[in-house]
Amino acid sequence: MLIFEQSSKGRRAHAQSPAAMASLDDLPADMLRKAPPLMPEVSEMQAVRHYTRLSQKNFSIDTHFYPLGSCTMKYNPRACNSLSMLPGLVDRHPYAPDSHSQGFLSCMHDLQEILKEVTGMKAVSLSPMAGAQGEFAGVAMIKAYHDARNDTARNEIIVPDAAHGTNPASAVMCGYKIKEIPTRDDGDIDVNALKQVLGPQTAGIMLTNPSTVGVFERRIQEIAALVHDAGGLLYYDGANLNAILGKVRPGDMGFDVIHMNLHKTFSTPHGGGGPGAGPVGVSERLEPFLPIPMVDYDGTQYRFVTADDRPQSIGRLSAFAGNAGILLRAYIYARLLGREGMTRVAEYSTLNANYMLKKMKAAGFEAAYPERRATHEFIITLRKEARDLGVNAMDFAKRLLDYGVHAPTTYFPLLVPECFLIEPTETESIDSLDNFIEAMIQIREEARNEADRVKGAPYTLPVRRLDDVKAARELDIAWKPTE
Amino acid sequence: MPFIPHTEEEVRHMLDTIGANSIDDLFDEIPADLRSFSLDGIPEGLPEMEVAHLMHERARKDSNVHCFIGAGAYDHHIPAAVWEIATRGEFYSAYTPYQAEASQGTLQLLYEYQSMMSALMGMDVSNASLYDGASALGEAILMAIRAHRKSKSKKILVPKSLHPAYRQAANAIVKNQDIELIEIPFENATGKTSLDALSEYAGADITALVIGQPNFFGVLEDVDALTRWAEENNAMTIAVVNPLAMSILKPPGQWGENGVDIACGEGQPLGIPLSSGGPYFGFMCATQKIVRQMPGRIIGRTVDLDGKPGFSLTLQAREQHIRRSKATSNICTNQGLMVTAATIHMSMMGAEGLARAAAGSHDKHRKLVSGLSAIKGVGVKFDSPVFNETVISLPVENATVLEALAADNVLAGFDLKKDYPELGNALLVCSTEKQGDASIDLFVEKLGTLLAS
Repeated sequence: MLIFEQSSKGRRAHAQSPAAMASLDDLPADMLRKAPPLMPEVSEMQAVRHYTRLSQKNFSIDTHFYPLGSCTMKYNPRACNSLSMLPGLVDRHPYAPDSHSQGFLSCMHDLQEILKEVTGMKAVSLSPMAGAQGEFAGVAMIKAYHDARNDTARNEIIVPDAAHGTNPASAVMCGYKIKEIPTRDDGDIDVNALKQVLGPQTAGIMLTNPSTVGVFERRIQEIAALVHDAGGLLYYDGANLNAILGKVRPGDMGFDVIHMNLHKTFSTPHGGGGPGAGPVGVSERLEPFLPIPMVDYDGTQYRFVTADDRPQSIGRLSAFAGNAGILLRAYIYARLLGREGMTRVAEYSTLNANYMLKKMKAAGFEAAYPERRATHEFIITLRKEARDLGVNAMDFAKRLLDYGVHAPTTYFPLLVPECFLIEPTETESIDSLDNFIEAMIQIREEARNEADRVKGAPYTLPVRRLDDVKAARELDIAWKPTE
Repeated sequence: MPFIPHTEEEVRHMLDTIGANSIDDLFDEIPADLRSFSLDGIPEGLPEMEVAHLMHERARKDSNVHCFIGAGAYDHHIPAAVWEIATRGEFYSAYTPYQAEASQGTLQLLYEYQSMMSALMGMDVSNASLYDGASALGEAILMAIRAHRKSKSKKILVPKSLHPAYRQAANAIVKNQDIELIEIPFENATGKTSLDALSEYAGADITALVIGQPNFFGVLEDVDALTRWAEENNAMTIAVVNPLAMSILKPPGQWGENGVDIACGEGQPLGIPLSSGGPYFGFMCATQKIVRQMPGRIIGRTVDLDGKPGFSLTLQAREQHIRRSKATSNICTNQGLMVTAATIHMSMMGAEGLARAAAGSHDKHRKLVSGLSAIKGVGVKFDSPVFNETVISLPVENATVLEALAADNVLAGFDLKKDYPELGNALLVCSTEKQGDASIDLFVEKLGTLLAS
């Protein structure tokens, strides 16, 4: 039942608003609402009960193993939440003067420094509010760099066919055309194809490393040299940073600009779809173009750096300082981990992924890149099962939900048919991993003996499979009262 | 090893299974020269107790201020239950609802949010949020350009009375797409967008007009006149509004003859703490006609195999994961956690509660302005009705006032000098319903003493 359907006229949470309605007699009558908006009319307890019960219908990291590839569903430490909401921090106004903001500013500055160090970049701006905004900022900086050199013929961004959709979308938002290059069967991008498309029209290339197919781009140094020689710049999509944190640095690989997904690598909460945070790091040549604001330290005082200090900045992407509360959570996480903790993130996420890959291969599942090491994630293709048993990746995914596991990422990357992209993360124990593999084996057995059972899953959740076609065709996206 | 559960024995077993000698072997595909560096610049990890100590210390430094700044972020009362529920693990650590059956909690909540937001704005439809108000404006501009079939100019009229940071952020987002943002001045006496200045563009090909309500100065614009101008000139209208204000003011769906095409803004006043400016959430509502041009996630109600009602992401063909370079936007996340809190907040407050909060806030602010303007030399800058904020003019430099009062932990307002030098020495002051009378008295007293000296 919707919250609206539990309303009763005149019911409300009396403790939560002023005792009386203050006068609005200084406002012209024709500017006022004639009728109140149609909102729920429920008691405080009704609201609490309703939303508590809704929460219980969700899968979450706190309740389920959630091996979503490229999403890094690791444990969200509770201390990151409570310490970022301390009085003084949670109620700080974004425009409070620097003199009264040294606590907050010092956290932001420290985080900038930590992210610089762990990625091997020269400067960092924390302001982009999500990975996609970080991508936009990165491409915008590449454009600003070429424009500043009057190198305006460069109108193409190269993207592997396996790239995350936000990569080409962000490049187009910056006015670029996209040139796609293929990925080889061994998982690396096709360097010969790259050589074909490089030229005076190349502004840059957007890469993820490890790539979206879950393997390390072994020829990255060669690729960097080729792109730089052609006058282009390299953009690093940090979605898979968890695989290499503290082990390899994008700056050392030759990248000019990177974005990090703090809601992945630095364990800030996924929150049912956000908020994220997508700080960008740059090499020296892109430093003047970083988005504002940033934080500076002169040895005694911290302060916000503004547009005046950075005349070549691509500008601001948000009204204030980005997702500040998220940045605080990431900072607290970084202090809990420390330098050894960060290196262990890469080590144990990689250990977990390789263990799962080995066991799944042994159980007869087909790896998409069987000759390659898993990084922090790997791909299984269920094309044989789809062909022989009529049960596809979607069906396996839905049946996994009945086994109490959230399905891995399905049908991404697009170039592997019927794929599962599986990322356990470092915070899962061997029991979680074994349970998952056991569930997959059992579902395959079900698929052999009783395919329809798998195809009709899930059975144990609040709803069965949903009619997406109807959802789009008969659009119902806002409740309207029935007369 | 914080958050890593493995025992030594388990590690050995796992390595044996893999057939590797050490964890290091698992990185053997990575060139050796990429793997040698030190991370000395990163401090060692600390136990939670020590990190807590550190954070308490830093939080204390920024505490105990009397804040009279609004300027796009407002400190309203938030019921305790809102964040207790929003930070439940089932909401806090859930992912984007791509597997709809496993996410009915979040999906239903987002559907309820869409419903409440449309109602508050008086519009047909809403999306499930964007990053913040400023980027929502950028996205609204891109949407208007896509949706306006007849206009080719890509010219957008933007009032100077709109939040400077919103104008800057919108510019950063649209500047590489041949879009022209044209500034419309405000009248010096009233602080309202000048209809005279607007008339210069009568008959021209204008894609959209942006209207703020209240505007950055807290001033209430003549929204009907502005909307009608756009209607007469075949321009789309983009409203940028304070959502709490819409509980008492005429909402954008009822402006002019037909209401606006797109309404957007900052959702922070609806249950989100100040938190140094983020995370907040941008809201966007539109008419049914142009719903398919809307960026961001949208949740739809449908049924399952048994005919039972359920919710899922819909119209996904607009989004980056399907359309890639042809997507309506590159946006991937919404501000899920913030919208969760806002929805619980709106349910708990209801229309009456929100209206009382808005009126109470406006009332406290009137008390503040009344006290300040009674001080010799302090005036109210604009002769207009306002909501929640007022521009006051000072007889001395802004910096003098701000620094002196900050020494007593009174943050006296937003300094307008930089963005609006034409206003002279003027501060934008705000007070919400949460402000204590004692704080207001302190501000008035300190300013009075300073100016008398």
